[in-house]
Amino acid sequence: MHNPEEIFQKKVDKEIRIEPKDWMPEQYRKTLIRQISQHAHSEIVGMLPEGNWITKAPSLRRKATLIAKVQDEAGHGLYLYSAAETLGISRDEMIHQLHVGKAKYSSIFNYPTPTWADMGAIGWLVDGAAIMNQVPLCRASYGPYSRAMIRICKEESFHQRQGFEILLTLSKGSAAQRDMCQDAINRWWWPSVMMFGPNDDASPNTAQSMKWKIKRFTNDELRQRFIDICAEQVKILGMTLPDPLLKWNEERGHYDFGPIDWDEFWNVVNGNGPCNKERLEARVSAHEEGAWVREAALAYANKKSKQPATPGGGEEAMRSQTKAA
Amino acid sequence: MKMILFRKYYYGDLPDNQKGAQHSSPTEGTQEGAGTWPLWEVFIRSKQGLDHKHVGSLHAADAKMAIENARDVYTRRQEGVSIWVVESKSIHASNPDDAENFFEPANDKVYRHPTFYDLPDELKHM
Repeated sequence: MHNPEEIFQKKVDKEIRIEPKDWMPEQYRKTLIRQISQHAHSEIVGMLPEGNWITKAPSLRRKATLIAKVQDEAGHGLYLYSAAETLGISRDEMIHQLHVGKAKYSSIFNYPTPTWADMGAIGWLVDGAAIMNQVPLCRASYGPYSRAMIRICKEESFHQRQGFEILLTLSKGSAAQRDMCQDAINRWWWPSVMMFGPNDDASPNTAQSMKWKIKRFTNDELRQRFIDICAEQVKILGMTLPDPLLKWNEERGHYDFGPIDWDEFWNVVNGNGPCNKERLEARVSAHEEGAWVREAALAYANKKSKQPATPGGGEEAMRSQTKAA
Repeated sequence: MKMILFRKYYYGDLPDNQKGAQHSSPTEGTQEGAGTWPLWEVFIRSKQGLDHKHVGSLHAADAKMAIENARDVYTRRQEGVSIWVVESKSIHASNPDDAENFFEPANDKVYRHPTFYDLPDELKHM
């Protein structure tokens, strides 16, 4: 008999997915809970900067697509919470950790959205960076996480395309609209580049996560790929990325780019970004003000369950075709 | 050598202590617990003629709400024509630690597969 950790690692090495009831190292479980819940929180908090523009969208078409996108984000949060719950943490506990500031969410959502062009820049850059991160997670070793990510990635590409379309429209507009477009790109570029997390040499957990096949690529690998793609896409907009050192490097086959302001990154992570307080307050008040609805629904369900069942309802309903046969 | 085996008896995909309306956090104490909407497993038939397939779970106060929430969470892009929801606590599952023994009886019965039988190539339609 081998030790369970060896058996576990062998399965992971052979690309056999780990399922909820399988034995797993406690640190694997903890890492996944932290990563998946943080991801879920990011989806939920991520609704706030965009929700800001639903009532102010410039056309019905834009309004409908923005609502659909924000609704998807709610859905993505729910897929992920449900995946995290299979690891033995309750939904309440995760939400509690978010509300008391113990659990993090992606720092990008602590930046404000003052103009309509921000909806475009978020779709193109923020969702673009998210997709870059998320596609490899579809092959994560933990089954429920991987399945949630597959579903999310299928839906995410519409988000990025609608964002780019917003910017493309602005880029062909008046001088004021073009300025607005460039301004949004300027504000969102560096925070998006930071979304991939600290440099590899400052990311001590990466090696373990890669061994466990939770992560497939390092932060810097994904960041480079993102920058290479955006540096080309921005040309279609006729705009520029706010990095004077951005330059194609023939030898490396990649774009070189300027230094990242990690002080800003850590400052926002640690709660001092422009909107940290506002975002968290919005979440907490939505939760608290909705408490009576949750209680009322439960009271109603309890009352109903004490009444006699209505004919044709309940578990018989799904089998009714056999009775007819 | 002494070895410690972790053994967690979960039903379906969820830890036992987390399935009904009443639960406490397995990681640490929290202020809530009772009064939480129960958890439901969601199964979706993507089109007529196919089986319902497990897609995930969600919280809802009752079955009607679970079905409506499942529509919003899991079928925003016409992924389904029918939804089943089952309260997670009603699902019982085999134990993965016993999987080897449990499924062992099928291992040495290759004669249950048509390819086991050695027949001439001239034999058609079989």
